[in-house]
Amino acid sequence: MHIHKLEKIWLTFGIAMLIVFLVVLGVATFSMGMAPPSHSHAIDPEQIENTPPFDEPGLKQVGENEYEAVMIAYTFGYKPNDLTVPVGATVHFKVTSPDVVHGFAIPNTNVNMMIVPGEVNHITYTFDEAGEYLVLCNEYCGGGHEFMRTVITVQ
Amino acid sequence: MEHPVDRRDSRLVLSHIIFAYIAMLLGGIAGLLQGLVRGGMIELPAGIGYYQLLTAHGVLMALVFTTFFIIGFLYSTAVKTLGGKLLPVARNLGWLGFIHMAFGTLLATVMILLNKATVLYTFYAPMQASPFFYVALVFIVVGSWMSGFGLFYQYKVWRREHKGKLSPLLAFMAIVTMLLWQIATIGVALEVLLQLIPWSFGWVETVNVMLSRTLFWYFGHPLVYFWLLPAYMCWYVMIPKIIGGKIFSDALARLSFILFLLFSIPVGFHHQLMEPGISPFWKYLQVVLTFMVVIPSLMTAFSLFATFEISGREKGGRGLFGWWKLLPWKDVRFFAPFVGMLVFIPAGAGGLINASNQMNAVVHNTLWVTGHFHLTVATSVALTFFGITYWLVPAMSGRTLTARMNKLGIIQTILWAIGMFFMSGSMHTVGLFGSPRRTAYTTYGDHPDAVLWMPYHVAMAIGGTILFIAVLLMIYNLFALMRTPQGYTEYPIAEVTEHAESTPPLLERWGVWISLVVVLILLAYTVPVMEMLQHDVPGSKGFVTW
Ligand code: HEM
Ligand SMILES: [Cu+2]
Ligand SMILES: [Cu+2]
Repeated sequence: MHIHKLEKIWLTFGIAMLIVFLVVLGVATFSMGMAPPSHSHAIDPEQIENTPPFDEPGLKQVGENEYEAVMIAYTFGYKPNDLTVPVGATVHFKVTSPDVVHGFAIPNTNVNMMIVPGEVNHITYTFDEAGEYLVLCNEYCGGGHEFMRTVITVQ
Repeated sequence: MEHPVDRRDSRLVLSHIIFAYIAMLLGGIAGLLQGLVRGGMIELPAGIGYYQLLTAHGVLMALVFTTFFIIGFLYSTAVKTLGGKLLPVARNLGWLGFIHMAFGTLLATVMILLNKATVLYTFYAPMQASPFFYVALVFIVVGSWMSGFGLFYQYKVWRREHKGKLSPLLAFMAIVTMLLWQIATIGVALEVLLQLIPWSFGWVETVNVMLSRTLFWYFGHPLVYFWLLPAYMCWYVMIPKIIGGKIFSDALARLSFILFLLFSIPVGFHHQLMEPGISPFWKYLQVVLTFMVVIPSLMTAFSLFATFEISGREKGGRGLFGWWKLLPWKDVRFFAPFVGMLVFIPAGAGGLINASNQMNAVVHNTLWVTGHFHLTVATSVALTFFGITYWLVPAMSGRTLTARMNKLGIIQTILWAIGMFFMSGSMHTVGLFGSPRRTAYTTYGDHPDAVLWMPYHVAMAIGGTILFIAVLLMIYNLFALMRTPQGYTEYPIAEVTEHAESTPPLLERWGVWISLVVVLILLAYTVPVMEMLQHDVPGSKGFVTW
């Protein structure tokens, strides 16, 4: 099939850009550890209260200014509510849901993940600035969805 | 002059179009109220819930308006290009499909109004709607299959009677569009029939949530190409005729449709990038496949602008952009779809951001995404459908497109563009700040971040109000078009330029393309779906949380 010369140039340029772009994404994903939250870690949604570590949700120090935050996203809130960490803390969030699908997002950061029942999702973030960070549910989860929030205080 | 359309065929086409617009009117009322609620300007009167409205809006706009319009339009292309009228089998299947889809729509609407199905148009498990809501969806999907089989039948008979001939370009495109739909809806049909219906009737206790989401998005992404391809049909085939030009290349047009068919299905994971339970490798593979649609998109952009330029120059346009002025700006049949095309440039760029593995974290489930698809489907596609309506309705009903209707059409287009500029523009901006989509009015206990979003929500509500006025004008236009003086309106189908190369028959070897689609789907989905099935995640019981 014959293709017009200008169109060939246009397509070649476009496809080359596309390849560069995809390679960048791929490298960032697999060799720079920037993969989106994907861990597969099964849990029985009805047994969360009896399954470690979710039997004791809360903040645990795991290193120097490094914490693990074990949280439960439920209709319509987060447990524990209102965490406090020092400035510069690196927090590893581990979150699951005992009921429907929820979101876990902190505006103005890249923290944004889905909480699906039966799975535990993980994300890590370093809070370099002091402030009251809003955590909100950004997946519709029912009639009180717009009330589902908590705050992380960094001081 | 061509012979007029058989009354029985035009009735089928027009019934679909009118039904589509009634859905749009109802969906528009919901949309208006949503905007006003989120802007903090009204509170819903007792009894109506925000999420009930949002479910109605999503279902009526994204599923009903689009599907009815598209099937009506595709049937009209079959009438015009595959033998001049519908064969009885095709016409009957068309009606059977219409009745099923209409019944499904009514049942779904009733369930939503009864607050028994406030699960939004994506109905994610384990939120559990009334089983009759899922049954209603089955009626809509199965109805659309019947209509699809009618089209395939008409096409098959045409090819049998024209052995060795290339099918008309428009018919070819209609078949690709319908084929895409049929293959895509298999996913949602499996989800609803095998998972949700048995579970909501209580025949099984639990549902595999990740599997249901995966089946949904196997359907959900090609769905957007099902909306887009009919708009492309207008851009490739009708617009050149309206501007007095020719189709740049038949072969390239067909090739780009085939590429859309191949690369729009095995890509649903880009909607699930933020989810656990799918490994990064399979997400990335599907992201790569997603970006393959950039190629036919570039081809389309090239062909369209080549057509504009060639026809402008033939009319005497000089200089680099002289041809631009010679385009028929005052003809709504051109103007409305053209505004749609222009909007597609920023819309497409936004789409690339959404689908990128990491950048998705910034925008996932924020109002940015809602802003994005109000540009793609609710502007590029909707304005093109409106542009089609101005000639399709008179052409089907044997009437004329009067100067007055043309003018009202131009005004409607401008109003829509202005309303969307404000609504979608503020959705995009406030989305980047993190304001979530699908969320009723809230300031999260007056958190300073959320308080800052409010002015944008107000702008969104104002844009939505302008849009709603444009919806009302469009409904008026539709009914006024059915009352214009009797006469002849052209159904615009352009010819291919003499310079174009002939089309390789390979492009019409359906066996080859369907096999390739199947291979790509198996490649992208087999392993992750097996993982989901074997995974020891216990299923979920149903929840009614509204
Ligand atoms: C009068 C015109 C319209 C207005 C005022 C409007 C307004 C809105 C608003 C405010 C939302 C977001 C609500 C939220 O996320 O909380 C929304 C969502 C949506 N709109 Fe529109 N819209 C209009 C037309 C359309 C059209 C023509 C389409 C498609 C053909 C459409 C498709 C959708 C879809 C699919 C959603 C997402 C629903 C969901 O998240 O479940 N809208 N609309
Ligand atoms: Cu929620
Ligand atoms: Cu998609």
